[in-house]
Amino acid sequence: MDNKLKVATATLAGCFGCHMSFLDIDERFFELVKHVEFDRTPLTDIKVLGECDLGLIEGGLCNSENVEVLRQFRRQCRILVSVGACAINGGLPAQRNPIPLSVILDEIYLGEAGIAHGLIPNDPELPLPLDKVHPLHEVVKIDYFLPGCPPSADAIWTFLTELLAGREPVLGTELLHYD
Amino acid sequence: MTETFRLDGTDVPFEAGETILQAALKAGRFIPHLCHHPEFRPHGSCKLCTVKVDGRQAASCTRLATSGMKVESETEELNAERLALTQMLFVEGNHFCPSCEKSGDCQLQATAYHLGMTNAHYDHFFPNRPLDASHPDFLLDFNRCILCSLCVRASRDIDNKNVFGLAGRGMASHLIVNSKSGKLVDTDFSVSDKAAHVCPVGVILRKRQGFFIPIGSRTFDKKTIKEYVDTRLGEED
Ligand code: SF4
Ligand code: SF4
Ligand code: FES
Repeated sequence: MDNKLKVATATLAGCFGCHMSFLDIDERFFELVKHVEFDRTPLTDIKVLGECDLGLIEGGLCNSENVEVLRQFRRQCRILVSVGACAINGGLPAQRNPIPLSVILDEIYLGEAGIAHGLIPNDPELPLPLDKVHPLHEVVKIDYFLPGCPPSADAIWTFLTELLAGREPVLGTELLHYD
Repeated sequence: MTETFRLDGTDVPFEAGETILQAALKAGRFIPHLCHHPEFRPHGSCKLCTVKVDGRQAASCTRLATSGMKVESETEELNAERLALTQMLFVEGNHFCPSCEKSGDCQLQATAYHLGMTNAHYDHFFPNRPLDASHPDFLLDFNRCILCSLCVRASRDIDNKNVFGLAGRGMASHLIVNSKSGKLVDTDFSVSDKAAHVCPVGVILRKRQGFFIPIGSRTFDKKTIKEYVDTRLGEED
């Protein structure tokens, strides 16, 4: 079955809720895998991203690694989709945006007792946090947006089946929710 | 004899002194709007209700209906502009709906659904506007204010209290509380005020009620903004 569409997914600054909601399509998954093959995704544990037809990204951008992964997805995926509130508007992680990053780091690592021994972690292995949390479309071109916190399994299913059928995916009012 | 104007190709009757929006809503025709409320004098600030009157744009909530005028509303062009205005309202404040007590009861959100908004398109401002939790029964979250002035009009014109005001101009416009400390607790604002019940978004929030009705069972989980306007016209708040 070489004509299966290749799909990759990733979680950036998100909570995995969108992926869980994706799994909530339940037995419809069996139907889905007749038409798609998964590439890099937390579901397959494939670590290297190949060329894909569709990339689904949950979560916004809160550190340099998120940006790197997003750019990689944009290079490798024909169609790239922002899935869920965090990817679309920064979501919960972006609620830190009104507070300066230095104030947050001081409060967490220097103010709280017992965390990181009173030091702000600076191991070169750690991705640097961004000054602000950003939605994906502020950094790369996004082809479609699937809102919701998380989008319901029905919304995800409708979106995917419309796309697989070669139609422009449009969510009706009963599937369009921001909460 | 009643006079009429044409709205998107069909006749709408009106009485002298009625605005285009008033007449349209009375006739069961929906034109998106946020700062208009049937019980208040128009403010004309959100521009969501913009239509074309004989080819020129006008706010339908402030423009009086006249006989024979040709009004366009449901066009791709106007709805695209309404969407852009709505997206600007979203990025200008902090509208994180999943944590907002008003989610599902919010007219900004419902209008965005109506316009098919899937993202806010523009870069978010992420402003920092501290809350006012001073009042024992109410919380003010200024991060969601769309400056519609409904609370201002309600408090001034109906409650005769003048608790709220809009200050500053342009980008610096913001909602203020008219008390010496600027805090709500130092006003005579109370739950029986009309102003306590008109905010179309999640700014003026009754404490300890937020999740009384769970998300998923709220106003706009059951009806669209279009149907909501229909029912609101007939009922007392
Ligand atoms: S006021 Fe409305 S649009 Fe803004 S966060 Fe609350 S529910 Fe969402
Ligand atoms: S607090 Fe609510 S009612 Fe008052 S101006 Fe802001 S959005 Fe309008
Ligand atoms: S409803 Fe007309 S300008 Fe706001």
